[in-house]
Amino acid sequence: MEKKATRDSYGEALVMLAEKRPDLVVLDADLAAATKTGTFKAAYPDRFFDCGIAEANMMGVAAGIATTGKLVFASSFAMFAAGRAFEIVRNSIGYPHLNVKIGATHAGISVGEDGASHQCNEDIALMRSIPGMTVINPADDVEAKAAVLAMADYVGPTYMRFGRLAAPIFNDAATYKFELGKGVQLKDGKDITIIATGLMVAEAIEAGKALAEQGIDARVINIHTIKPIDRDIIIKAAKETGKIITVEEHSVIGGLGSAVADVVTEECPVPVIKIGVKDTFGHSGPAVALLKEFGLCAENIVATAKAALGK
Amino acid sequence: MDEQLKKQLEIAATKVRMGVIEGVYNAKAGHPGGSLSVADTLTYLYMNRMNVDPANPEMADRDRLVLSKGHTAPALYACLAHRGFFPVEELKTLRKIDSRLQGHPVKGKVPGVDMSTGSLGQGISAACGMALSGKISSDTYKVYAVLGDGEIQEGQVWEAAMFGAHYQLDNLVAVVDNNGLQIDGKIGDVMSPYPIDEKFAAFGWHVICINGHDFDEIEKAFDEAETVLNKPTVIIQRSTKGKGVSFMENQCGWHGKAPNDEEYAKAMEELNAHLASLEA
Repeated sequence: MEKKATRDSYGEALVMLAEKRPDLVVLDADLAAATKTGTFKAAYPDRFFDCGIAEANMMGVAAGIATTGKLVFASSFAMFAAGRAFEIVRNSIGYPHLNVKIGATHAGISVGEDGASHQCNEDIALMRSIPGMTVINPADDVEAKAAVLAMADYVGPTYMRFGRLAAPIFNDAATYKFELGKGVQLKDGKDITIIATGLMVAEAIEAGKALAEQGIDARVINIHTIKPIDRDIIIKAAKETGKIITVEEHSVIGGLGSAVADVVTEECPVPVIKIGVKDTFGHSGPAVALLKEFGLCAENIVATAKAALGK
Repeated sequence: MDEQLKKQLEIAATKVRMGVIEGVYNAKAGHPGGSLSVADTLTYLYMNRMNVDPANPEMADRDRLVLSKGHTAPALYACLAHRGFFPVEELKTLRKIDSRLQGHPVKGKVPGVDMSTGSLGQGISAACGMALSGKISSDTYKVYAVLGDGEIQEGQVWEAAMFGAHYQLDNLVAVVDNNGLQIDGKIGDVMSPYPIDEKFAAFGWHVICINGHDFDEIEKAFDEAETVLNKPTVIIQRSTKGKGVSFMENQCGWHGKAPNDEEYAKAMEELNAHLASLEA
C-alpha cells in the first residue's frame, strides 16, 4: 500500500486551497521545512509569514489576522502549537472563538529519534478541553487533504493533527468524503469494536483482518473528528458489540479513549479498553520500533481484543 | 492643540474617570489604578483620533485598538460608552453576573471591543496580526495596542516586538502606560523592565516618550507616529497610577481594589469638582 506522511498532505492541501481562497494566510514558526508549510511558501511566498521561533506570538498574530476576516493557518510541531502556546490558543483564539486553523505536525511518539521533548502525546487532551475548539486527527493522505479543504469552509477555531511518519493510504481519493463530526465505520462486526484515530487507523484495519482470520468479528471505526465526537456511532457500537477498544498515538489520559469513555459511561456503560501511551514519556528511537514498544500496533490490538473476549 | 479641543478632551477624560469609578464601585471589584492612568490616552484615541463608528462597530476599515492591559477594561468601557457604542448607564453593570461588561474585555460581546484580552502579553500579538493583515490587503486602517509597564515583563511582548519590526508594521502604534507600579510594588523593584525606551529602540521600533496626562504631548506623539515609515512606533507615556483621584494616586494598593461607600463618595466629589471647574 502506498504511504505518505499526513504532514506532506497538509502542505499540499494548503496549495490546493490557495487557488480557491485568495484570503488564505499561512504562518509558521521556523519549521516550514518540517511542517511542510514550506510547500505552500514555495508556491505562494507573498501569503506565507514566518514568525520565527516564537509560537506564543504566532498564535496571537493568527488571532489578530482572523479578526480581520482572512483565513489563517498557523503551524508548528504539536508540542509547541498545543503545548507551549496553550494559553494563547485558549485566550486569544478559543475565548473569542476566532477562525484560526492550527496545523500541528509531528504529533505523537512516531516523531521518533528526536525523543520525548518533541513527542507530543498530550495535544488532543489539551485542545479538546478548550470550549468551542474542533479537534481533527486525519488517518491518511486522502483524509488529511479532504479535512484541510473542508475545515477551510468551517468558521471557528480548529486544531488539526498531522504526523511525521508515512502512513498507509487506505482511503480512495475518488470516493472519500470528509464529514465533520462523523465517525467512519470501516468494517462491520459484532464481537467487539476497535475505535482508532490518526496513524492508528491503519493498524486497527490490520487488526480487524487478523482477528477475522481467528474467528473474531471486530467492528472497526475511524474517528477523525475527536471533537465534536460522533456520539451515535459510539453508542451504537457499545450496544451492538458490548466491548470497545480505543487506539491512539496519544496519552490514554484525555485523548480519544477518554472522549469515547465519556460518551459510553453516560449513554451505555460497557468496558472501554484504552490503547495509547500509558502516563509515561517516550524516548528516542526509530518510529516503527517505538510504536511497537508502546503497543501502538496491530499485534497489540489483536492481543488486547482476544484478552478482552477471554480468547 | 486648540485650547477648546483640549478642554473638551479634559472634560471627556474626567467623565471617563467617573465611569471607571462608577463601574468599579458598583462591581465591588476591578482595577481603578491603571484605568485612571491610561484614561487620558484612551479618551484622546476614541474621542479625537480613531476612525470608528458606533453605528457600525465592525466596519471593515475602522481603526482598531487592542487593550493588551485588559484589566483596565473599565477605562475602555467608559470610552466606548461615551463614544456612543452603548449607554453610559450600562457602566454600572460592570462585572455583574448578567452583564456583557466582563471583568476583562471580550470581543463579540461588547460593541467596539476589537479583541479579547486580559491575559497579559497577548494583546500586542493580536495587534501585530491585525496590522499585518492590513498590510497584506493594502488597507489604510491603523492599529493601536495599549500595554502596561508591568505587562512588558511577559516574554511574548518581545516576541511581538521582534515581529512588528521585522514585518515593518508602520500601521501599528503601541502605547506603554508607564505608571511605574504593579501588584507587588514598583516595577523597578519587582522585575525591572527599564530602560523601556532603549529596549524597544533595540528591537527596531520608533520610540516616543511623553507625559501621558498632557493632551498636547499625546496628540504630537500620535501625529509623529503617522509620519514614521517601515517600522512600528511605541509611545512610552509616563503616567500616574490612580490619576485624578487624590487618594488613589501612586498607590499600588489601588491596582485591583474597589472603593467603599465613603471612598466612592470622595472620589466622585473630586471628579465632579474637577468637571465643574472645566465646564465653568
